[in-house]
Amino acid sequence: MTELSLRGLTKRFGNHTAVDDVTLDVPDGSFICLLGPSGCGKTTLLRLLAGLEEPTAGEVSVAGQDQTNVPPEKREFGMVFQSLALFPHLSVADNVAYPLSIRGRPRAESRKRADELLAQVQLAGMGDRRIHQLSGGQRQRVAIARGLAIEPKVFLLDEPLSALDANLREQMQVELRQLQQRLGVTTVVVTHDQKEALTMADIVIVMDKGRVQQVGAPMEVYRDPANAFVAGFIGTSNLLPCELTDASSLTLSGQRLALDPADRVKCSPGQPAVLSVRPEDTRLGPAGEGLEARVVFIRDLGESTQFVLDHDGTEITALYAPDARSDLKVDDRVGLGFVPGKRVVLPA
Amino acid sequence: MSGNRRTVTPAWLAALPAGWLAVFFVIPFAIMLAVSVAHRVPGGFFEMGFELDSYRRFLSPFFGGILLTSVLISAAAAVICVTLALPFTLFLSRLRRRGQTLVLVILLSILSLSEVIVGFSLSTLLSKTAGVGNFFVWLGLLEESRSYTPSLFALMTGMCYLALPYSVLVLYPPVSRLDPELGEAARMMGASPWRAFRTVTAPLLRLPLFGALILVFVFTLGVYLLPQVLGQPQHWTLSVHITDQAVFQSNLPFAAAMAVLLLLVSLAMVGLTLLLGRDKGAEA
Repeated sequence: MTELSLRGLTKRFGNHTAVDDVTLDVPDGSFICLLGPSGCGKTTLLRLLAGLEEPTAGEVSVAGQDQTNVPPEKREFGMVFQSLALFPHLSVADNVAYPLSIRGRPRAESRKRADELLAQVQLAGMGDRRIHQLSGGQRQRVAIARGLAIEPKVFLLDEPLSALDANLREQMQVELRQLQQRLGVTTVVVTHDQKEALTMADIVIVMDKGRVQQVGAPMEVYRDPANAFVAGFIGTSNLLPCELTDASSLTLSGQRLALDPADRVKCSPGQPAVLSVRPEDTRLGPAGEGLEARVVFIRDLGESTQFVLDHDGTEITALYAPDARSDLKVDDRVGLGFVPGKRVVLPA
Repeated sequence: MSGNRRTVTPAWLAALPAGWLAVFFVIPFAIMLAVSVAHRVPGGFFEMGFELDSYRRFLSPFFGGILLTSVLISAAAAVICVTLALPFTLFLSRLRRRGQTLVLVILLSILSLSEVIVGFSLSTLLSKTAGVGNFFVWLGLLEESRSYTPSLFALMTGMCYLALPYSVLVLYPPVSRLDPELGEAARMMGASPWRAFRTVTAPLLRLPLFGALILVFVFTLGVYLLPQVLGQPQHWTLSVHITDQAVFQSNLPFAAAMAVLLLLVSLAMVGLTLLLGRDKGAEA
């Protein structure tokens, strides 16, 4: 069953198009990440879903019912804002119980439900504290509990973890994902952090310039990017301009390169193309084999070693296990190759 | 503020405003206190001394009624003014930057008008011969032009006109700092716009709202010309009577005593308002 459905959703501010003709179907109970650089329209899209912005065109429906002109208070959605928007004049429990008291539930019942929700997010016994007495991570959890208080049809989160430090952020990503799976609520998270998206999402929606660039499972988007933008934005990719000679070979810096049947080709011969290869699928051989390259910089990252190379003015990154290539030094000449089957040819 | 010795601002700088306060406020107030207990010489001026005659004279139903009128008129002006200023300021904060500046400049220019100009302009505007009544006749709303002044309505209009810029200026900074996501969060959780305002926006603005109430209250307590121009004799406030005693009756001790009492009453009201406005902890 399709829970959340968008049809040609468009939002223009003056002559700037923030969200451009977005059509999407979100399956019931799935975890969606809207991923893109800042200004790509992902937050505007989320606000359109919430009803906080009115679309210029298109419609939003939930379980087959049109919601486009339904005000936010009638949509029965939960939302966590980027600023969290916790109410400083209310206690933690009253914040969580706010949507229940708005619906006129008895005070004792609301409080009981608030305590249950707080226990779910590991804040049992904190109900009587004030918001300013909590740490960043605890506030985060209160905002999540408050968003889930009415058992929303759809749970929306706008960059919910961006204010947390790196360790806590990773921990909260896992917690949020586990909580969502336990409750089975359809969830849409906006993020600019691709790791966050890959950690949590069932489906990643990559956006740029107001348009959806690719929709897919995290590994699908990573392994099989639809275009050069997605290849460059999700993880790191080496992008090399090339020419597709025919269906099974391409020309790169004057050298012919035979393609493997497992390589993905997303454009047709004659079209300007780029070869996209992940750093971990880049191989360094002896000089003279493959493409000519020079080691420019070596970074030891602990769990891996990164080689930054220069090939004909293009920067290339290769990734190896630590000490696997201790033979290489800065300024060494090497032969650059790519693992067959892991190469993607995209339209330039 | 802190006990840190290496503060950027040297402590002696505080001596400047302290000296200013002493010379221009504390000393004149001390003189006024001394005059209020001085002995009045009928037909003459006064000679220094200590007697409570002036205060005793105030303890009559007549002056008690005037004090009550003053407090009620100022309190009403404060409530009306802040009730108008809050939606106005909320609306203002949602305008674009340039629009906000323009409105604020216009509003501030009202401050350059003196009580005299505002009083006589309103008195003309609300009069029978040249006033707004003629406009209503022209519109066909009235058979015959009528006068709307002097009246309580005219007095309130004048006081609110004078005090509105102050209340907007007090409310504007906190209102424009208010995170719009707070109101949106309330909407997402099922609150109608009015409910969101009542349960989130208004409680968050409680302190500035009390601040604006106090400011307008104290400000209008001191207004002494408008009640004479726009009000009927029963609307004459204590400030009018202080002026009357000091200027026309030459009874400075009694005027000073009334001024001291007015000050005490304002202080008491301010204290009461602050007490009400205190954070009472968690409440739904």
